[in-house]
Amino acid sequence: MAQHETYLLDRLEHDDSHTLDRYSKTGGYRAIEKILKEGLTPEQVIDLVKRSGLRGRGGAGFPTGLKWSFMPDVAKDPRPRYIAVNADESEPGTCKDRVLMERDPHGVIEGILIAAYAMRVDTAYIYVRGEYRFAYDRLLGALAEAREQGWVGQHVLGTEFSIDIWMHKGAGAYICGEETGLMESLEGKRGHPRPKPPFPAGFGLWGQPTTVNNVETLFNVPFIIDRGPEWFAGMGSEKSKGNLLVGISGHVNTPGVFELPLGMSAKTILEEYAGGVWKGKELGAWIPGGSSTGFLPAHMIDLAMDHDSLKEAGSMLGTAAMIMLDEDACVVRAMEVMARFYDHESCGQCSQCREGTEWLHQIFGRIERGAGRLEDIELLTSLANGMAPGKTICALADAAAIPTHSIVKNFRHELEQHVEQGCCPKRRAPQLSGTTA
Amino acid sequence: MNEHANNPVDEPVDEPQDPLGAKLRAEFDELIKHYPEKQAVLIPALHRCQEDLGGWISPEVMEALAELLELEPVEVYGVASFYPMFHLRPVGKHVVGVCHNVSCDLRGAEDILERVCQVTGAAPGVDSADGRWTVARLECQGACTSAPMFDLDGVYHENLELDDVERILGAVESGNEPN
Ligand SMILES: Cc1cc2nc3c(=O)[nH]c(=O)nc-3n(C[C@H](O)[C@H](O)[C@H](O)COP(=O)(O)O)c2cc1C
Ligand code: SF4
Ligand code: FES
Repeated sequence: MAQHETYLLDRLEHDDSHTLDRYSKTGGYRAIEKILKEGLTPEQVIDLVKRSGLRGRGGAGFPTGLKWSFMPDVAKDPRPRYIAVNADESEPGTCKDRVLMERDPHGVIEGILIAAYAMRVDTAYIYVRGEYRFAYDRLLGALAEAREQGWVGQHVLGTEFSIDIWMHKGAGAYICGEETGLMESLEGKRGHPRPKPPFPAGFGLWGQPTTVNNVETLFNVPFIIDRGPEWFAGMGSEKSKGNLLVGISGHVNTPGVFELPLGMSAKTILEEYAGGVWKGKELGAWIPGGSSTGFLPAHMIDLAMDHDSLKEAGSMLGTAAMIMLDEDACVVRAMEVMARFYDHESCGQCSQCREGTEWLHQIFGRIERGAGRLEDIELLTSLANGMAPGKTICALADAAAIPTHSIVKNFRHELEQHVEQGCCPKRRAPQLSGTTA
Repeated sequence: MNEHANNPVDEPVDEPQDPLGAKLRAEFDELIKHYPEKQAVLIPALHRCQEDLGGWISPEVMEALAELLELEPVEVYGVASFYPMFHLRPVGKHVVGVCHNVSCDLRGAEDILERVCQVTGAAPGVDSADGRWTVARLECQGACTSAPMFDLDGVYHENLELDDVERILGAVESGNEPN
C-alpha cells in the first residue's frame, strides 16, 4: 500500500478513542489551549485556516477560512450568532462523519471550539441525523466530559471565551442536510430550504448570523492549528489540501472508510484499499462522490480524487463516497433506485423538482422493466435540463439531474438495449417496486 | 362525567390524564433553555414522545406539545408528518427498517427485505397479523460500507447475510439481545 502521512483516523487504533482520557493523551485540546494561552486573535485563527487551503467536506468544497470570514464584524453587528454543525450525513454512499462522531467525538468538539472562537460565536448546535443514535450518544457523552473539564462552558481556561454546545436530533429527511433546510429543521419546522440570498452568514438560524459546517471539515481544524497550515497544505493536490475520508461501497472485496490524501487515483483506492472488484469480476461503472455525482464508465477509473480533476471530467468529488458496480450490475436499475430516492426526498416547494424527480423515477423504472421507448432517452435529458442548474431553491434538483445526464451521456447504449430487448439485459430478481413511506 | 355532582367533597377529582407526563415535561423544560425560541424543541420532543409513549405519536400527544410550545396543533402535525422517522399511527412491537438505497441494493437489500417479510409475516405498509412486527423500506442509513443493513428497534445490524435475518429477529422476539 502506498505510504502517506495520516492524522484523521490515527486515534482509532485505541479502543477507548472516544474518551477524554485518550483524547488528552494523544494531543487532544492542545490546539484550543494554544489559541487561548498564546492569545491568538480570531482573525489570526481564520488566517491560519485560510492558509491551510482546507475546503469543506460536506459536498460543495467551499474554502472554510473564507466562509468563516463572511460572518459580520461584531463591532458593527452585535446580534447573537450561531454555528450549526451539519451531522445529517444522508447522501447515499456516505458514512464517514459517522466514524468520527462514534470513535473520536472530542475531535469534533475541539473543532467546534476553534470555529466558535474564530467567529466569536457562543452557541453551537450539532444537528445529527435521528438514525445515528450511537453517534449521538457518543457525542453527548463526550460533551458531558468536556463540560466537566471546563473545555465547554463559561470562561474556558479562565479566559473571556465562553461556549455552549447543544445536541439536536433530525428525523430522517435528506433535505435537512442542505444548509438552509437544516436551519429550518433546527428551528422546529419542516425542512424546506430557503431561497438564497440572504445567505446564512447574515440571516441564518432565527434570522441571525450563522455558519454551517460539516463534521469532517471541523474535525480537520485542530490539526491545522496544532501542526500549522504549511504542514496541512503539504498534503493533497494543488487546489485540494489535506487528507480526506473516502468511503468505498458496493461491489468491492473490502468496503470501508479510508483516510487518503486528496488527489489519489480512484484506481489505487479500488485496488489497494478496497481489495478490487468482488468475485474476481471486472468494473462496470462507478460513482465518485455519493449518488449526486453521477455514474462514470469503468475506463475513467484512473481519475484523481480531488475537486478539480473530477470537475474537469464532468463529475464532482461530492462527499468522496465511491460506489462501485461490477460488470454484471445494471446501471439503469441503480439509477432507478437513486431517482426513487430523490423523488421521495424532494421537499416539494419547487415544481421543477417535485414533478421532475417523480418523472425521472417513473421513466427510469419503465425503462428498467423493459417498457420504455427510445424517445424516453431524450425526455430524460429535457427533464434534467428543466430542473438544473440553478433553476430551483436548492441543489437537490441538481443532485437528481446530474446522475441522469451522466447515464444518458456515458451509458446510452444500456438504455437503448433495455428498450430494444424489452427487458433488463442484466435482469436481477426481484424487480424494484416499493417506495419508502 | 359530571364530577361536581358525583364526587363527594373529600374524594380526589379524576384529572384528565396528561398525555406527556411529568418526566417528559421536566425534560422539555430543560431543553427549552437551549434555544432562543421554544419551537426548536419540537423535533427532539417528538422523538422523546415516540420513544417513551408506545412507539408512535398520537393526536393527543401532538395537541399537548402544541400547547407546551405555543403552536397550533396543525403546525405540529405539519412538522411531524414531514419527517419519515415519526409514526403517526400505532406500530408493531418491533420495527424493522431495511435500507433499500443504492449501496445496499447492490449487495442484496431486496433479498434481505424479502427474508424479513417471510420471517415476520409483515410487509412494508402491512403489519404482521399478530401486531408484533412493522417492516419498512428506508433510504440510506449511512451504513453503506457495511451493506446490506437493517435497523431493528433503533439498533443497526450491518454486513447482513441472508441467514442472519432469522437469528437476529428471533433473538429479539425471545427477549435475548441480538448481536
Ligand atoms: C440536498 C443536499 C443535501 C446535503 N446534505 C448534506 C449532509 O448531509 N451533510 C453535509 O455536511 N452537507 C450536506 N449538504 C451540503 C450543505 O448544504 C453545506 O454545503 C455543507 O454542510 C457546508 O459545510 P462545509 O462547508 O463544511 O462543507 C447537502 C446539500 C444539498 C444540496
Ligand atoms: S429543489 Fe427540490 S428539495 Fe430543493 S427546495 Fe426545491 S423542491 Fe425542495
Ligand atoms: S445505501 Fe444502505 S446504508 Fe447507505
